[in-house]
Amino acid sequence: MMTNPTGRVTQGQFSFLPDLTDAEIVLQVEYGLSKGYAWSVEYTDDAHPRNTYWEMYGMPMFDLKDAAGVMTELAACRATFPEHYIRLMAFDSTRGIESVAMSFIVNRPSKEPGFGLVRMEGRNREIRYTVHSYATDRPENERGGQ
Amino acid sequence: MAGPLYSIPGTTPSAASADPPPAQPPVADGARTVAAVLAQTQAGAVMDELERDLVGLAPVKARIREIAALLVIDKLRLNLGLSAASPSLHMSFVGNPGTGKTTVALRMATILHRLGYIRKGHLVAVTRDDLVGQYIGHTAPKTKEVLKKAMGGVLFIDEAYYLYRPENERDYGQEAIEILLQVMENQRDDLVVILAGYKDRMETFFQSNPGMRSRIAHHVDFPDYQAADLLQIADKMLAQQHYHFGPGARAAFVEYLERRLTQPQFANARSVRNALERARLRQASRLFGDQERELTADDLTTISEADIRASRVFQDAAAAPKK
Repeated sequence: MMTNPTGRVTQGQFSFLPDLTDAEIVLQVEYGLSKGYAWSVEYTDDAHPRNTYWEMYGMPMFDLKDAAGVMTELAACRATFPEHYIRLMAFDSTRGIESVAMSFIVNRPSKEPGFGLVRMEGRNREIRYTVHSYATDRPENERGGQ
Repeated sequence: MAGPLYSIPGTTPSAASADPPPAQPPVADGARTVAAVLAQTQAGAVMDELERDLVGLAPVKARIREIAALLVIDKLRLNLGLSAASPSLHMSFVGNPGTGKTTVALRMATILHRLGYIRKGHLVAVTRDDLVGQYIGHTAPKTKEVLKKAMGGVLFIDEAYYLYRPENERDYGQEAIEILLQVMENQRDDLVVILAGYKDRMETFFQSNPGMRSRIAHHVDFPDYQAADLLQIADKMLAQQHYHFGPGARAAFVEYLERRLTQPQFANARSVRNALERARLRQASRLFGDQERELTADDLTTISEADIRASRVFQDAAAAPKK
């Protein structure tokens, strides 16, 4: 966004850091598994801040013991969607929590389209603002990359 | 790890962040002797336990010692900076029912974990139903899910020959086998697959799936138990449940085993366990019948000769000569 000098989407954990290496992702996944979280892989071509529900890549993975299973799934997702945003999410099923406990981006388009601020003039010169995702300017099948 | 693995965007990443951290620190740092590695990994303790707890099975134990030796030597090579290609550890356990295939597989997971070959040391036991789907497109996700759960540990496929059904060429089992083969080949570091089944049927299974045979490095045969082994197993089982043979009961059980061994469908240790379960039932109903008696701990833990002798095996034998 405009205030983000690196032009990178900052969502979820570690998003102000350089991309995590696979070894670092393994460490994070192992941590989540040690807490009993269920990992899942999601992807999208439009990382709008209000786009909460990304596309699921396969089912959430319950009862895993080792990060290798998650990494296999992530590798498959990267091969299918190399120019999409991909994130890993950890679901904590503890009663009373039942919610996403960890979430971080593990794959980005080589060139991130970013967002623009749209101003709309209403009655009495009132200004309404909204965030516009440049990725959506192109048709869906032409979005990934560039 | 020396420094942090991250840096602030815009700054040049430090040299430390360039190379990935070692996947697994070597367990035996600087160990130069077999004893040192065994001491550090505690694999020796597991192997001794195996020797002590499992009756008979000499060829199986010998094979496990060989595998463990290879892994220990690999570790020593690694410490000296020599290359040690990660060995293929997929195995097939072949033997009659009740010869301890599952029990050994469980131990195998612990041993491999102690030696640092697998990361987590859990065992996922599955059969055909867990791998093969009901309709088109159901099998691949199902098999992959099981494989993902087993990663970092041991995948134990019981009665693996059911995966392949030659009589139905559209059977989805073939699909499961293909996925299995792929993962067994490409992710050797992530999981160890153990196939188990009865000898003759596993033979046909391997013949029709040569790819499977060549990817399995260790074919382990589980021999049938001798009567003496079975008696020892019975003693161990009873001791575990806080029971013991009363006077004459042990001799009766020896006789029972001799008769039972000649009968069809003898399932080795499993039959012994079932026989003991039934003896426990008879003991319980014997004690239950005498409601006024004050029972001591000895009464409650003793399997008497009569409990064994009441078995159908003896009755059949008694009835047979009359005919």
